[in-house]
Order: sequence, then C-alpha cells, then structure tokens
Amino acid sequence: MSRSRIEQRFAALKAEGRAGFVAYVMAGDPDAATALKILQGLPAAGADLIELGFPFSDPMAEGPPIQRAAQRALAGGMTLTGTLALARKFRDGDQTTPLILMGYMNLVLHRGIEAFARDAAAAGVDGLIVVDCPPEEAGPLADALDAADVSLIRLATPTSDDARLKVVVKRTSGFVYYVSVAGVTGVKEADETAVAPAVARVRKASGMPVAVGFGIKTPERAAAIARVADAVVVGSALVDEVAEAVDMNEDVTRRVLLKAESLAKAVRAARIGQTTV
Amino acid sequence: MTPQTRPNDYTAYPDAEGRFGDYGGRYVPETLMPLVHELDAAYRAAKADAAFQAELAGYLKHYVGRPSPLYFAERLTAHFGGAKVYLKREELNHTGAHKINNCMGQILLAMRMGKTRIIAETGAGQHGVATATVCARFGLPCIVYMGEVDVERQKPNVFRMNLLGAEVRPVTSGSATLKDAMNEALRDWVTNVEDTYYLIGSAAGPHPYPEMVRDFQAVIGQESRAQILEMEGRLPDAVVACVGGGSNAIGLFHPFLNDEAVQLIGVEASGHGLGTDKHAAAINGGRPGVLHGNKTYLLQDPEGQITEAHSISAGLDYPGIGPEHAWLHDVGRAKYLTATDQEALAAFQLCAELEGIIPALESAHALARLPEICAEVGKDGIVVLNLSGRGDKDVATVAASLGLEI
Repeated sequence: MSRSRIEQRFAALKAEGRAGFVAYVMAGDPDAATALKILQGLPAAGADLIELGFPFSDPMAEGPPIQRAAQRALAGGMTLTGTLALARKFRDGDQTTPLILMGYMNLVLHRGIEAFARDAAAAGVDGLIVVDCPPEEAGPLADALDAADVSLIRLATPTSDDARLKVVVKRTSGFVYYVSVAGVTGVKEADETAVAPAVARVRKASGMPVAVGFGIKTPERAAAIARVADAVVVGSALVDEVAEAVDMNEDVTRRVLLKAESLAKAVRAARIGQTTV
Repeated sequence: MTPQTRPNDYTAYPDAEGRFGDYGGRYVPETLMPLVHELDAAYRAAKADAAFQAELAGYLKHYVGRPSPLYFAERLTAHFGGAKVYLKREELNHTGAHKINNCMGQILLAMRMGKTRIIAETGAGQHGVATATVCARFGLPCIVYMGEVDVERQKPNVFRMNLLGAEVRPVTSGSATLKDAMNEALRDWVTNVEDTYYLIGSAAGPHPYPEMVRDFQAVIGQESRAQILEMEGRLPDAVVACVGGGSNAIGLFHPFLNDEAVQLIGVEASGHGLGTDKHAAAINGGRPGVLHGNKTYLLQDPEGQITEAHSISAGLDYPGIGPEHAWLHDVGRAKYLTATDQEALAAFQLCAELEGIIPALESAHALARLPEICAEVGKDGIVVLNLSGRGDKDVATVAASLGLEI
C-alpha cells in the first residue's frame, strides 16, 4: 500500500501535466499539537506530498532555519516515537497523501533498523530519507525497509557524476530527491538552468520521478523549478514561517499554511501554457 | 552491541569500506561522498609514494623537530614505586603537541590534491593552531571553526591562530562547542566542494580520516617502539595515553597492536564523575551510534540525541571517540580507564613538581592513572606514557580551579 501511495501520486501528477509540491515540516515544531494541525492542513493547502523531519541534535546537512526548527522541536520534547505518533494521527485522517520521514541515521540506529521500518510502516509512513546514510552504509536499512514496504529515497547531488548516479539510484524507490545546490538546506539559491539538465540525467539513470529541493524559498523559484522537475520541495521557507509566527506571537498554523498555499499555487500554475516538459 | 571477532592481524584494519569491525564507515551526506572517495584515492596514492613519504619525513624532522625524545621519568617512577615510567615527549614538538604530525601530513596531501582553501574544527584550539601553522608555512588560506563557548575560554589560542593568519569563525549553533564546530566545518565542506580541503584533527570522521590521521600519528608509536628497544632492550609492558577523539592514543598504540604482550591503555575524561552527566567518556559512559561521518561510541540521551561532553580539558571535551578505539575496546585489545577533572589537576601538578614538565591537562588524564598501572605492571615492568602536549595553554584554567588568580 505505502509504496503505491507515492507511485499513485506521481502518476496522477503526470496525468495532470504538472509538478508536485512537496512540503517539508519539522515534527514537533514548535510543539506536537501545532505540528499536527499543520500536517493535517497541508493537503488542503496544496501539498501533494509531505516530508516530515524528525529532529536530531546534530543536523550536519541543514542550514540555520532547519537547525533552529530541530532545536525548537527538541526543546518541546519531540522524539522519534513522538514523530511516528504524529504520522499515525495524520494518516488516520488522510489515506492518500504520501508521507516521507526525513532525518539522521543515529536515531534510526538507536531505535533499531528493523523496529524502525516496522513502526514507520505501521504509522502509515511511505518513505524515508536519511541524510547521512549513503548507499555504502544503507544495505541493512534497505533490506528492512523493503520488508516493510517503505521506500528508501536517495539523494542525487551536483557532485554525482554518471558513475555515482548508478550507485545512488540502485535500490531507491518512489522517487529520487535531487539536491539542487552543493550546500546545506536553505542557504544557496537553486538555478533552474543548472537544475534542468541534472534532472534529466537523474530521470534517465533512475527511470523514476525526480523531486528537487534545497534552496527553493519563494513562489517564483518554486515555479521556475516546477517547469523542469517532477516535484518541488520547500522546507526552510516553511519552518521560517514557524519561527516568525512564534516571534510575533501570531497563529503558527495559519502562517505556515498560507505560505504553503502560495508555494503550491505557484507550482500548480508553473506549466500552464507550456506544451512540453 | 554486535559481537566482534578478534583478528589475527590488527593492522589490517580498516577494510576497504573503512570499517573497524562494526565501527567507522562513511556516514556523510551524498554531496560529500564523491569527495571522500576522491580523498581516499589520493591518500592511497600518497601513502604508496616514496617521494611523498620522504617529503613528509623531511618536514617532520626539520620543522616539527622529530624525533621527540623518550625520557625516563626517574622521580615519577620513584614516586609511584612500581614500573619504570617513560614519557614520550610529544609536547616538545613545534606548536607544543602531537597535533602537528597529522597537520603536516594532511597539508602536503591537500596541496598534492590541488586544494586551495583549508578548513578545520577545533575545541581547545590546539588542532586549530597546528592547522593555522601549516597553512601559514605553505601559504594557504585557513578557516577554523570553533564553538563560541570555546572561543571564550581559549582566548590565547584564538589570538595565536589570528597571528598565524587564520580566520577563526565562532560557532553558535547547538551547544557551541567542538561537536558543533565539526558540524559547521562539514557544512562548509558540503558548500565549497570544489576548492576546499577539510583537515580533521582527530582519528574520527568519515573514512579515510580515521585511518589517515592514525597513520600520520603512528610516528609516535614507531619512534617509541624503536626508542624503548634501544634503551631497555625490550618492549614495554604497557603504553598509556589520554583519549578524547583519540588521535594521540591511536598513534601510540598502532605500532604495538600486534605485540599482544604490550597492554594498550587509554584514559577517558570522566569530568565530574561517570555517575554524573558531566563527563566525556564515550566508551565508559556512552553507546554505539553515528555522528560526524562514523559509527562509534557516543554520549547520547535515552532518545538517541547527542549530549554535551564535559571535561576540564577542552581537548577531551568531545562526545565521541575514534572508531578504531571503539573496535579495540570491543575486541578486548585495548582497555579504557577514566580520570576525573580533580585527578587530572592533581597529576598536572605532580608532573610539574617532580619532573619539571608542565603537561597539557589532556595528558594529565593519562598521568592520573599511573599509580594503578605502575603498581599492576610491577617493579620490573616498563610503562610508556604519551605526554601529548604541554600545559602552558592550561595554566589559567588550572589556577582558576585552584582558586588562584594570575
């Protein structure tokens, strides 16, 4: 069921002739109850897929916005168990939107690879991205996720040459996540003229849809990437809304969902009038 | 814990994937994977290149001041009343610690790879100073990431790095200490993949760093082994070193790994005590996990979040340990003891008073376990202890701990 949820969503996007909008939010940011409300509101705001971060103390691939989101979530007591509970509650109310967990290896190992795969599947999670687990270290994890029918989603990057791409896409499923800039999340800006050929290369190597993320912050950038990719991931810009709403004492859920809506709208409109992708 | 097999040849590790048993590996973001593979290939070529080795040996001799003496510590020996104590005098190296051995090796490798920008992390500032030193010597720009907390408590070293032309970037993320400085250095590396060389100071990080740093530090053990054979006509009964990330210890241990009669003893910093949450003893008080590119013992909370380490010695103030130590511990080849802040302070003063040598607080942790080790080895035995650094940098910390003002 879970893998097919991702496949069905990308098939539907293809039929509609548009790119998908992937919203990244951090579990427990700023607290568990608000994070759940955000999750539950995202599909209606236009999120086609959702990435849910599980907070780690040492997120080495994240820029300041997601680092701070993780710290807020940890300060609020969020755990991996808490993240899985959030996923379960989200899934109880939404049977179709793919939900992908994203985080770091230590927490997965800490729970136990098999237990993690089982619990994620039971919580209605469809895929997993582990930022610091390259293919060389992923064998046992890939086995466990296969057994639980959860997709292991791999990252391709600007440093991946053709030989490396072959390694990266082996045993990946669902889609491939193309990291559009060499860098951490939310700092450099993605450039669609460089992204377009890279996406084509990754698509060819993998035969799978390609979602593009890192460095997409505005509706304009999201639309530009949506013209060349199968899906556009936005994370830092959404968690920054949490930070600002908390600072300004505003309604966090409302701010995040409004931002998500504007991004989703831009992604959906990006290819109107275009004949080919 | 995964059961680990005791090998026939300890020096055959890591394997091609960078694993020491279950430990080590390359847990880095995909963007860095091509770079760590490139580094691995470049290191292997350099290691096999006699010209590279000769160049390194030349700088170690004429710039670093090697070989460092192996010195019979007569008064410490008499004081403990057991085994003969020899001190490997790494504190006499240029920049005052063992750190320069590795920095010299890596800077030559970086230049060989055509890299033009050097980054490093530092805790106490010793590795930062050593990195800034070799960058000055070879005219390369140097950026050192240092936790804001450490910048504050190690001001003289910050000034030294600045004098040497390095830019020190204070790190405010996370707990603003060494582990966060390492996160920030990794973030820099992932952002500047074309021109940047990450010069890691500890025998930790993604493969090939633990192996490479060990190899560059193994000069400590190679010299010690030859020197003790010359002075005593036999191998020592035990070799002892302090362990934070563990680069000085693995450098001392490695040439003795297959001499199974030689006990290998590492001493971790237990800060306020192992029973408290203020220590830095990854093996004695942590469990296996993944951080900074390798699988090893780490200080973690019950949820698997990395916790802050504490030690009076900033150089041991790290929540992990190099993966080869984790493996040597599991297979039983090395044992890991602990020393508290107070024990290290006492040993610091004792060494100064009896031998006229002010040791680094890091090295004082190893000195602190000498009473038991010398007693256990016995009067006819020989113990070699790595005096990994000098303590000038620590006098303010020690004075403050003794309630004195200087």
